[in-house]
Amino acid sequence: MNLEPSHFEYLLRLADNALILGQRQSEWCGHGPVLEQDIALTNIALDQIGQARMLLAYAGKVEGKGRTEDALAFLRDAGEFRNLLLVEQPNEDWGYTILRQFFFDAFNFFLYQELCDSADAELAVIAQKAIKEITYHLRFSSEWVIRLGDGTGLSHRKMQEAVSDLWMYTGEMFLPDAIDEWAKDAGIGPSLQAIHVQWNARVREIFKEATLELPESGWMQQGGKQGIHTEHLGYILADMQFLQRAYPGLEW
Amino acid sequence: MNAEQLEKTFQDKVDAEIRIEPRDWMPEAYRKTLIRQISQHAHSEIVGMLPEGNWITRAPSLRRKVALLAKVQDEAGHGLYLYSAAETLGVERETLIDEYLYGNAKYSSIFNYPTLNWADIGAIGWLVDGAAIMNQVPLCRCSYGPYARAMVRICKEESFHQRQGYEIMLTLCRGSEAQKAMAQDALNRWWWPSLMMFGPHDSDSPHSEQSMKWKIKRLSNDELRQRFVDVTVEQAHFLGIAIPDPDLRWNEERGHYDFGPINWAEFWDVVKGNGPCNRDRIRARRKAHEEGQWVRDAAMAYAEKRKARQTAAEAVASPTPVATYS
Repeated sequence: MNLEPSHFEYLLRLADNALILGQRQSEWCGHGPVLEQDIALTNIALDQIGQARMLLAYAGKVEGKGRTEDALAFLRDAGEFRNLLLVEQPNEDWGYTILRQFFFDAFNFFLYQELCDSADAELAVIAQKAIKEITYHLRFSSEWVIRLGDGTGLSHRKMQEAVSDLWMYTGEMFLPDAIDEWAKDAGIGPSLQAIHVQWNARVREIFKEATLELPESGWMQQGGKQGIHTEHLGYILADMQFLQRAYPGLEW
Repeated sequence: MNAEQLEKTFQDKVDAEIRIEPRDWMPEAYRKTLIRQISQHAHSEIVGMLPEGNWITRAPSLRRKVALLAKVQDEAGHGLYLYSAAETLGVERETLIDEYLYGNAKYSSIFNYPTLNWADIGAIGWLVDGAAIMNQVPLCRCSYGPYARAMVRICKEESFHQRQGYEIMLTLCRGSEAQKAMAQDALNRWWWPSLMMFGPHDSDSPHSEQSMKWKIKRLSNDELRQRFVDVTVEQAHFLGIAIPDPDLRWNEERGHYDFGPINWAEFWDVVKGNGPCNRDRIRARRKAHEEGQWVRDAAMAYAEKRKARQTAAEAVASPTPVATYS
């Protein structure tokens, strides 16, 4: 078994989740429902793109082909991205954005708690820095899920709708494949089943307070981690990569 | 004290460079002038997020993306301090926002121009923030305390933005032919609107004289504009791009650069709403505001429910505390 590509792939998954969600949230900048929340969501976007930079730079180093953070962000096509389907879903409205963030934060929080003790020392250092940010993200998104779920009739309805639309993208987070198994065996990443248990408990707790109902576990979409994405990712990249593609090889 | 005495005490304080604070007596016209100016400034910060925000998802490197996000976020922060400063004068943020979204309140016309290529992000930092700093540094000494203090913080951040913008321009001008052409194109489009940011000539500036007397304003529009031209011409030389003004030349006698006539017809047209992006900008801000209504309502409703539950819990708990849990 060739260990190097797995290690690289594993890091790319972490990096791409942070990058693509950061890119999505940055679409809100200047368009938020209240000035304070515009600022708060931009903070999260900044954290996530910051995490993506550290992870991409490190992934490039592990790969050993001289690819920089920018080469990895701007010069890969959709099929080479390894992010979860959840994070590439469109913002739609503040409710969707918050719920997407909450589902992801709850996963990311328990994941990064474990990564702080990763056998990969460099990843552990990145995780120790990121966990402080992610702890805040989870608090922010949890509070908003509660506020919107238990707010007005309209906000409750909107949130419940977002739950039924986004739920099918949550299963993929916990579905281990060969790379997740490799990371677990190498002591680099945690058991996704264990994270799933923690995630379920947290989501139940917050939903209860938010007076939101969990859907019956139904069909779950998957493919992001293996590079089979939804149609949305292509457009994210068309925007994000435009200058680097139109004017290749330049400094900016 | 009668009105005349109050007015005299007020003006004496201003003349003695003693800051006016929210609880101090002030002439109604002074209050109104400040509300108008501070809220216009706040609206400008918020609308100003849009032209730059236009390139966040397309920034050419992750480093640039982070810097641009942080910059646009700073502008939201400036809007927030400024709305707070305006609120010390007895007006609600919500009212002020309604006035520019649905009424006649203005914001800086510069933000009604489009950002068409990446160099525009550099040019805005360099020229627009540069002009803003020229205008705003004297405001740090404005007679009204809360405004002056907000401006100190804002100016620090603006000067950081300006350096960042200039650095984008420098990178482009040291780059490929295509990049240098972007930089020149951006300068061509942003130069004249930047000069217009200082407002009409002193002879045509209706509010200036009174504002100078109240020490809200310290330097005239034309003085500030000249300072800006003198500094910026040298910076353009260093970049190696040309300022789009055939009349621009050093005047030994004045010790300043002479520059060509400003197209005031264009200026007033944009002020009246006919700039390339006036409609888009207001539409984008209205959309954010209106689509945010349900979110604001929900937050309010939740806060009230929570408070009601707390009060109910306390009512039950307080008469006979049976047990305490920690």
